Amino acid sequence: MKSKGRFGVHGGQYIPETLMNAINELEKAYDRYKNDPEFNRELTQLFNEYAGRPSLLYYAEKLTKELGGAKIYLKREDLNHTGSHKINNVLGQALLAKKMGKTRLIAETGAGQHGVATATAAALLGMECVVFMGEEDTKRQALNVYRMKLLGSEVIPVTTGTATLKDAVSEAMREWTKRISDTHYCLGSVMGPHPFPTIVRDFQAIISRESRQQILDKEGRLPDAVIACVGGGSNAIGSFYHYIPDEKVRLIGCEAAGRGIDTFETAATVNTGKIGIFHGMKSYFCQDEYGQIAPVYSISAGLDYPGVGPEHAYLHDIGRAEYVPVTDDEAVNAFEYLSRVEGIIPAIESAHAVAYAMKLAPTMDKDKIIIITISGRGDKDCAAIARYRGEDIYE
Amino acid sequence: MSNIRKAFENGKAFIPFITCGDPDLETTAKVVRAAADAGADLIELGIPFSDPTAEGPVIQGANIRALAVGVTTDKIFDFVTELRRDVKIPLVFMTYANVVFSYGGERFMSRCKESGIDGIILPDLPYEEKDEFSDVSKKYGVEMISLIAPTSEDRAAMIAKDAEGFIYIVSSLGVTGVRSEINTDISRIVKVIRENTDIPCAVGFGISEPRQAQKIAGISDGAIVGSAIIKIIEQYGKDSPYYVGEYVRLMKEAVITA
Repeated sequence: MKSKGRFGVHGGQYIPETLMNAINELEKAYDRYKNDPEFNRELTQLFNEYAGRPSLLYYAEKLTKELGGAKIYLKREDLNHTGSHKINNVLGQALLAKKMGKTRLIAETGAGQHGVATATAAALLGMECVVFMGEEDTKRQALNVYRMKLLGSEVIPVTTGTATLKDAVSEAMREWTKRISDTHYCLGSVMGPHPFPTIVRDFQAIISRESRQQILDKEGRLPDAVIACVGGGSNAIGSFYHYIPDEKVRLIGCEAAGRGIDTFETAATVNTGKIGIFHGMKSYFCQDEYGQIAPVYSISAGLDYPGVGPEHAYLHDIGRAEYVPVTDDEAVNAFEYLSRVEGIIPAIESAHAVAYAMKLAPTMDKDKIIIITISGRGDKDCAAIARYRGEDIYE
Repeated sequence: MSNIRKAFENGKAFIPFITCGDPDLETTAKVVRAAADAGADLIELGIPFSDPTAEGPVIQGANIRALAVGVTTDKIFDFVTELRRDVKIPLVFMTYANVVFSYGGERFMSRCKESGIDGIILPDLPYEEKDEFSDVSKKYGVEMISLIAPTSEDRAAMIAKDAEGFIYIVSSLGVTGVRSEINTDISRIVKVIRENTDIPCAVGFGISEPRQAQKIAGISDGAIVGSAIIKIIEQYGKDSPYYVGEYVRLMKEAVITA
């Protein structure tokens, strides 16, 4: 039988037999609802009336002048309800799960943004919700743990492995094999087994669907570059998707290099990893010579993942998108810089994209245009960044 | 005839699972020999993986301990070659797709053949993805063991038709680990398998006690036990070969009377 859900050689469905029928059922349901007018009407209504879409495409005039090069626009996913792009995917999946008759959502979370978004959708749609979060991350993002509980979700700290995002994904997968009939695994990124990379991309593609129209309205032309941060890669694929056919638009994914790609303390998968099979997909992974998944590191809990979505792996292979490493230091500088210059505190994840734009923009002519996706807001990161700078602040 | 078939010629089969290198490869070698001497019909040798998503906490722990002492795929091939000087029962690997993929499918399977491995179980390689390694596994005569789960339903027949070696019936939902009760209608799964193939089927996940193993063997061709054995190894460490041997003897006696 032919393997499904391929992006070049990447993708596929490398999961236990126990989950195969659930995955097939999800694929069938998605195929049925994705073009269903009623489903799309409901989803659009949730996007517009609940999540606050469309999100702004903001011309960052001061930032542009300070950097002295290309004109910079910010796609403000941080202004969405719950404070990040994660709500786009979650509302779509939760609505789909509800149509499938599921009553319970489970999710993994790294920084807590996807967990909070899932907890929010569960509260709104009257579903039970359990979020798996690495114990290390529950400490880094204590406030988000409280938010999820406030929203009525159970948060389970994961102590296995490195106690971070990858372990939260593993534990959520284990939980799903235990309880399938009433439970939907609301995966938070464009990763895992087919159909997740496609479903999550389609729900996130609203970012580029909007930004493409917005930039045409404002500038009468397409941007020269679109920049987004990449962990699993959901905001990046959403930001890129509708520009993929426009070959003149550079698509740049910013990976978390941690302390640098020449160190072991990095999470820059495309830059330092090699092809492998993990968490249901074939893609690039940080791993040792025997295929053992490497413990990765980044200051950003949301980018601290040893793999990348299969469609990104493919876009890299065919040279359509570039994946560049950004260190902790660069990201923290960008976090502070954008706050100071534009009065916008970006999530530390999004600050990786800002950091690269700070290098790129000055090298470009003033008539060029860059769109940076600000995937989330940075309130959740303030205490951690303060500590990074040596201040003794706790939430 | 497939070497794996021989495991099912001594009455109902008892199949222990042992993680290679927990607590070290020397002890694993002694545990394997003790299990074989005590009547194990086939042994599943686990190649540790950093993130074993189909395992419960007990086997996850064994994987972590083995990796912590520096066990690698290469060391395990050497270890199996050494074992094969006197251990004659069928041996299969149980590991994750990335361990094989990163070693190189062809290189991995050819080393299986050289060292005397008869089959391989990859819990994260479902029917749809078998082609990842099936050409090279066939080329080197390494049988790919298929799993059938309580949720397989209409997939069971399709999987059984294409199966080789033996079929691993997953007794329950969830991950590996000891369970007090198994509620799945295993007879119904066995019936579907029988209608589609004559290769043997053994049941694993959750089995720890002789009476469970006997009941399971009564409706299938054998019982597979992992976590209960790993617990013994975890408890007794370097002294575990004796205790594993005693346990295997008890379990084989239970299944053979089924």
